[in-house]
Amino acid sequence: MAATAQPNVKNVWLGGVEPMKASYGKLMMWFFLVSDTFTFSALLVSYGLVRFSFPAYAGKVADFVSSPAYWPIPEKVFDAMPFMHGIHAPLVFVGIMTFILIFSSVTMVLAVEAGHRMDRAAVEKYMLWTILGGATFLGCQAWEWTHFIHGTDSGTVVKEIVDGTWITKTVFGANLTENQYGPAAFADFFFFITGFHGTHVFSGVVLNYLVFYRTSTGMYERRGSYEMVEKVGLYWHFVDLVWVFVFTFFYLV
Amino acid sequence: MSVVEANLGHDVHSHDEHEHHELNFWRQYIFSEDHKVIAKQYMITGIFWAVIGVAMSVIFRLQLGFPGANLSWLKPFLGGWITETGALDPNFYLALVTMHGTIMVFFVLTAGLSGTFSNFLIPLQVGARDMASGFLNMLSFWFFFVSGLLMFVSIFIETGPAAGGWVIYPPLSALPQAHMGSEMGMTLWLASMAIFIMSSLLGSLNYVTTVINLRTRGMTFTRLPLTIWAFLITAVLGIISFPVLLSAALLLIFDRHFGTSFYLSEIYINGEALPNVGGSPILFQHLFWFLGHPEVYIVLLPALGITSEIIATNSRKPIFGYRAMIASIMAIAFLAFIVWAHHMFVTGMNPFLGSIFMFLTLIIAVPSAVKAFNYITTLWRGNIVFTPAMLFSIGLVSLFVSGGLTGIILGNSALDIQLHDTYFVVAHFHIVMGAASAFGFFAGIYHWFPKMFGRMLNGTLGQIHFWLTFVGVYLVFMPMHYIGIAGFPRRYYQFTSFDFGKSFTDLNMFVSIAAIFTFFAQFVFLWNFFYSMFKGKVATQNPWNSNTLEWTTPVNVGHGNWEGEIPAVYRWPYDYSKPGSPVDFIPQNIPHSQTLESNFPHENEYIAQEKEIEAQNYNDQFASH
Repeated sequence: MAATAQPNVKNVWLGGVEPMKASYGKLMMWFFLVSDTFTFSALLVSYGLVRFSFPAYAGKVADFVSSPAYWPIPEKVFDAMPFMHGIHAPLVFVGIMTFILIFSSVTMVLAVEAGHRMDRAAVEKYMLWTILGGATFLGCQAWEWTHFIHGTDSGTVVKEIVDGTWITKTVFGANLTENQYGPAAFADFFFFITGFHGTHVFSGVVLNYLVFYRTSTGMYERRGSYEMVEKVGLYWHFVDLVWVFVFTFFYLV
Repeated sequence: MSVVEANLGHDVHSHDEHEHHELNFWRQYIFSEDHKVIAKQYMITGIFWAVIGVAMSVIFRLQLGFPGANLSWLKPFLGGWITETGALDPNFYLALVTMHGTIMVFFVLTAGLSGTFSNFLIPLQVGARDMASGFLNMLSFWFFFVSGLLMFVSIFIETGPAAGGWVIYPPLSALPQAHMGSEMGMTLWLASMAIFIMSSLLGSLNYVTTVINLRTRGMTFTRLPLTIWAFLITAVLGIISFPVLLSAALLLIFDRHFGTSFYLSEIYINGEALPNVGGSPILFQHLFWFLGHPEVYIVLLPALGITSEIIATNSRKPIFGYRAMIASIMAIAFLAFIVWAHHMFVTGMNPFLGSIFMFLTLIIAVPSAVKAFNYITTLWRGNIVFTPAMLFSIGLVSLFVSGGLTGIILGNSALDIQLHDTYFVVAHFHIVMGAASAFGFFAGIYHWFPKMFGRMLNGTLGQIHFWLTFVGVYLVFMPMHYIGIAGFPRRYYQFTSFDFGKSFTDLNMFVSIAAIFTFFAQFVFLWNFFYSMFKGKVATQNPWNSNTLEWTTPVNVGHGNWEGEIPAVYRWPYDYSKPGSPVDFIPQNIPHSQTLESNFPHENEYIAQEKEIEAQNYNDQFASH
């Protein structure tokens, strides 16, 4: 908070000033995000390692059927839409989710920009849109998880050894120990990584709400700075960026 | 001396910058946001854990040195962990080894060392009133406290604490039915470490932002004391490596409690197949050592920073190769992230990949040698003052060299495959990272005790403590190399089934006696520490005639560190024995315009910069706007 105005400073690294014109809070957010990057990277690298220890599906895409023997093709798994039961719509729903989340980043940028202009009403408006976008994303994710957990109508017939004897059973949907779409590890990582990301989005929505609330009570106006909007903005953009990677690794490749 | 005093006198004005409000006992000593109090909290907690951690090692050393000896006299402490026959329960032996490692690495040498000295020295040496965020700093300590509490509780539960080694490799750690230590003990271990990681993150964020944003006027990065450089880079290492351990731990928690198979595949227990398929235990090792190797430098770098400062001060010479020291810290930190697989040469890794990791590992010898030689050349022909802090610093250099040499041996994959998981490895890392960092811890306490408590530690007791510890440490770990070369595996409860194992019983006995001796030598320090805190000789403002800013504060440093203005900085911190100067040290806050007689030609150019420094915006956290 110290030294918001820095008159006539020629050498910003000479001490006594904030060299990057960023408050300690903003720097902390940046370094926290660096740290969090490594948390997610570790998870995504683990996903990659386990994924490539399984064989990929070798046949024609059109003939694809789920089996624990090979890694599934994502667009064959994530092809459901709410209210459109039985329609094959590969990656449409997750595409909409992604668009909503990225659009909430745009409204966040607008909120930050409004904060620079000290325009309280506009900050309130755009924070609200951002919160709405985040909440919608979480709602979509809840639906997607529910569908993933309940599975398709027909399920997958799985043959496995239990206590030394081969048994055949039909598996519907997915949990952490077995799933109808492919190897158990596929669902394990799906739940863990999208869940971990979802937790981040949830914290982001909570933080955004806090900032919205404080904006609307006029706290930042009295303080004379909307820097808190910038800080939660950094976090929000980061969460979006992480989703881009999660989306790429789980749904596209 | 006159130069120094003249400058100290001139900043008595503007005394009313912040009103002094009295805080109640809880806010002042328990939930304090003052970096000095938090540093002391870390130090006392660290010392508490060190006593427990080292005492544990003494107990398992008893078993190693005197296999099957009657330890029933320990029953009052260990209860059921001593069997009917008076032997140490093998399960508890494993738990002791695990807890010793965990406690010493994380609680003593990470939190204890960084927590104490980063907190204490960063604001004082960069010239700040406090840490960037006192509140987060307080949270950092209390997260650490809670994490320690969980680990402490785990020692007393019926199934014992975690027992799979401090590296907690799955599947052993992932399956509660694998070992009693993998039950509740492991759960508490993971919970404790998750909280510890949060504590470490909050601390590190504070250290880094304080160094970047809150340096006083004139304190450029190339005028920072090497302690600060070391703490800064250590914090960056922590910020980048600990989150990977967090990921690893979270995945392990899921494997343990929610039936996932991240690390598990094709396991039989008592002839029964587990349903887990598709995971990889090697994955955990990769994730763990991506933290684990930088962790070694998180432990060691602060000790090296402290040593740099103490050796320069007590040699009365500028540190040799200041910029090379900074570069070597950064080089070590960078290399720390790309060598982790040298802990995994025996996991069936592709030998070609192994040779790449071997190559990268051996490069670390270069910056390490730069540091070692810079210490030696700083000492060379110095007016050495053998304070206890100086002795421990020189001791650290000795340990760093002798432990580093065995590191070169172990870094070679061909040799490591032979020596892996033997006592050679144990001896290596105990010397280079354990004992060396502990020496840094001791050196730091002896050096900055007067600043922390306003009193001096007893120097004679300090000297006695040093020699007992120094001799003791070498007596413990030197013979251990031979035990390791002979093939004695680490973590074994007993290794006397083979004849060649028996032939090393004498040496093991010797090591154990030396360990007990070294353990008891530490009570000299503990007595000195607690006695001097209350009854020691009252310290002067600058007892070691040092240049850094902390010695310009009052003897008993109050809240906000400096009464009146924070001093500006005009020079680097190592102007000791400068030719032409009437005094043998010129503190950082003395302008070059006051030391014309000793300025080097290029330093006269800095006189013009003084105005710019004084015009620099005043970055005082406590100043009212």
